[in-house]
Amino acid sequence: MDKKKESIWKRMGIGQLAIPLTALALLFLFNLIRDPGFFSVVVNINNSGNPVLGGNLISVINSASELAIISMGMTLVTAACGGQDISVGAVGAISASVFIKLLIGMGNVTAGTLTVATLACIATAVAFMMFNGTLVSVFRIQPMIATLILYSCGRSIAYWITGSATPQVDSPIITAIGMTIPGIPVPTPVFMVILVGVILAVIFKRTNTALYTQSVGINQGAARLNGISPTAVKMLAFGLLGVCVAVASVIATCRMSQVSHKTLLVDIEMDAILAVAIGGNSLGGGKFRMSGSILGAYIITMLTVTLLAMGINSVNIKAYKAVVIIIIVGAGSPVIKNRMILWRNRRSAAAVKGGAAS
Amino acid sequence: MTTANRTLRRKQREPLSDASLLTLIAIGIFVVMYAAAVIFMGGAFQKVQQFLDLFNENAALIIIACALTVVMIGGGINISVGGIIGLTCMACAKFLEYSAPANSTLAVLLTVALALGVGLAFGLFEGFMVSYLEIQPFIVTLAGMFLARGLTTILSVNPVKVTHEGFQALVKTKLQIPWLGYTAKNGNLIPAKLEIGAIIAVAVVAAVWLMLRYTRLGRGIYALGGNRQSALMLGINVKSVCFRGYVISGLLAGLAGLVFLMHKPAANASIAMRSEMDAIAASIIGGTLLTGGVGNVIGTLFGVMILAAIQKIIGLSPLNESWWQDMASGAMLGIFILLQSVILNRRGKGGTKDMQADRG
Repeated sequence: MDKKKESIWKRMGIGQLAIPLTALALLFLFNLIRDPGFFSVVVNINNSGNPVLGGNLISVINSASELAIISMGMTLVTAACGGQDISVGAVGAISASVFIKLLIGMGNVTAGTLTVATLACIATAVAFMMFNGTLVSVFRIQPMIATLILYSCGRSIAYWITGSATPQVDSPIITAIGMTIPGIPVPTPVFMVILVGVILAVIFKRTNTALYTQSVGINQGAARLNGISPTAVKMLAFGLLGVCVAVASVIATCRMSQVSHKTLLVDIEMDAILAVAIGGNSLGGGKFRMSGSILGAYIITMLTVTLLAMGINSVNIKAYKAVVIIIIVGAGSPVIKNRMILWRNRRSAAAVKGGAAS
Repeated sequence: MTTANRTLRRKQREPLSDASLLTLIAIGIFVVMYAAAVIFMGGAFQKVQQFLDLFNENAALIIIACALTVVMIGGGINISVGGIIGLTCMACAKFLEYSAPANSTLAVLLTVALALGVGLAFGLFEGFMVSYLEIQPFIVTLAGMFLARGLTTILSVNPVKVTHEGFQALVKTKLQIPWLGYTAKNGNLIPAKLEIGAIIAVAVVAAVWLMLRYTRLGRGIYALGGNRQSALMLGINVKSVCFRGYVISGLLAGLAGLVFLMHKPAANASIAMRSEMDAIAASIIGGTLLTGGVGNVIGTLFGVMILAAIQKIIGLSPLNESWWQDMASGAMLGIFILLQSVILNRRGKGGTKDMQADRG
C-alpha cells in the first residue's frame, strides 16, 4: 500500500507533505468513525440577526487563523536563519496594545482610525522584529537566544503601553473583523489568512525571495559569495514575520474586543514552531514549503477541536496533544524513514526473488 | 570573590578562553551589582541572610539551569524542565497527601524515589527520541513540556497542600549558622538559615562541574557539542553521550521538583511556569553557548544569582512591580547576549559562522 501511495505522491510533487496530509486524513477518519456529526455545518443567526456558519469544521478553520498566519512568517525565519523566533506571542501583545491604545485614544472607531491603528500596529511589530533581526543577522546571535529577550519582557512592555490590565474597545467594525461581516456567513479571519497567503504567494512568484531565503539557509557563505546579502535576507524574513504577527494580533484583538497582555496570543510561538515542524520543514533552515506549515497549523487546531469535542477538559488537552505530536514527528524522523525504505527494498527484493524461483 | 581571583590567577598563565572570560564577566557583574545594593540600598542587603536567601529561593532554578547547561554544551536544548518540575511537585504532593505511609522516613524516601523516577522517565524518553530517533530536540522537549503540563492538570487542577508530618519536618529542617546571623532589635541572636534545598543545589553544581570536567562523559559532551562529526571520528559514541546528557537533565529536573516542593510545600498547576526560559537565560549569562561546546556550570550558577539579585533589588526598590523586574531581566539578558556576540566576533573564532547553524 505504501509503495503505490508514495509513487502517486511523488508524481504529484508533495513528498514532503505526505506525513502531514496522512495525519490530517487520519484525524478526519477518526472523527468520522467517532461521530459523523462532527462535520455538520449549521447556519446560526447571531445577535444582530445575520446568518453565520457554525460547527466544528468552521470552528477549526476560524480559530486556526492567527496560528496559520504566524506560522507562515515563522517558516520564512526558520528557513533563512536556521532558528526560531520565540517572541512572536510577546510582540503580538505589544502591537495589539499599540493598536487598541490608538483606537481608544482616537475616540470613535471608523475606517480611517482603524487604518491608522492597523498601520501603527504593523509598524510596531515590524520594528520589534527588526530588533530581533538585527541581533540575529548583524550580531550573529542564535535566533532563539536573541528572541528570548523579547519573550521574557515583551508582555511587560505591552502592559506598560496600555497602562491597564484589559483595555476594551467596542464597535461594529471591530466585531466585523474579529467575527463576521454582516451578510457574509464565513468568519472574517479566514479571509485574512487567504489574503496574507496570497500576498506571500505573489511575493514568492514575482521575486526571488524564496530562492534567496533558501540559499541563505542552506549555506550562508556560498550565498554571500553569489552576491546575496544574508543580512538583508534575514532582515526581510523578520520583517515579513512582523507583518504576519501584526495581522494576527489585530485579529486576536478584534475577536475578543479587548487586549489582555497576559493571555493575548499566549504560547502561540510554541504552536507556530510545531506547525513548521509538522509541515515537514527542517528546523535547521534551508528548503521550506509554506503550504506544509499552514497545513501544520490546521492539524494542530483540528486536534485541539477534536479533543474538545471528545469532552476532554481544556486544561488537560496538552497531554493528549503531546502524544499525537510525538507520533507525527516520530513518523517523520530520519531514522524511521530509513528503516521504512530499507524494509520496503528488502520486501521488493524478496518478491523479485520469489518471482524468479517460481 | 576568592573563586574569581583564583580563576583569574590560574587563567593568566594560559590565554584566557572565551568561555572563562564570559564567566568572569558574569561573576564580576554579580559582585558589582550586589556590592552596589549593599552600599546604596543598605538595610536588608547588609544581612547575610539576604545573600543565603538567593540560594534558598532559587535552589530549583539553580538545579534546572545546571541541567540546561549540560544539554546546551552538548548542542541540544531542553525546554521541558519547567514542566517536569510542575509534574514532580504535583505527583509528590498528591502522593504525600493521599497515599503516603505514616512512617515518615519511608514516606520521604518514597517521595524522593517518585520525584527522581518521574524525572528519569522523561529523561529516558526524550533522550531516546533525540539521540536514537534523531528528532529535533526543541520539538521533542516541547512535546515533553506539553505532556508534563497536561499530566499535572490531569493529576489535579486544584492546588494541593502538603501536610504530611514527615515531609513538613524535612521542610522545617534548616542549617543554622549562628556566626553569620544578626542581632534583632530585642537583643536575640537570629542565626542565618540555609535550607536543605539550597545545600542540594550547591552539591548539584559541584557534582555537575566535576562530571563535566573530569569524566569521560563530560568530555564527550563537550566534544559532541563542539563538533558532532569530529566527535564521531574520535570514536566517541555520540548517540550514547547525547542520550545520557538528556537522562541527566531529566533526573536533575525531577530533583529540582522535589527541591521546589521542599521550599514551598504546596503544588498547583502553574508551578515553575516558564522557568525553563529563566534557566536558559541563566546559562547564557553564565557564558554557555546554545550552539554547544562552550560553557561551564559555575558561570550558570552566577547567571541564576544575577537574575535572582535583579529580582531582589527591584523588589526592595520603589519600582516594585513585576513588569519592571521583567524589563530589567530582559535588559540584562540583552546586554550579556550582545557582549557575547561582540567578544566572539572580535576574536574571529570562525565559530561565528556556524553560530547560525542549528544542531538539530
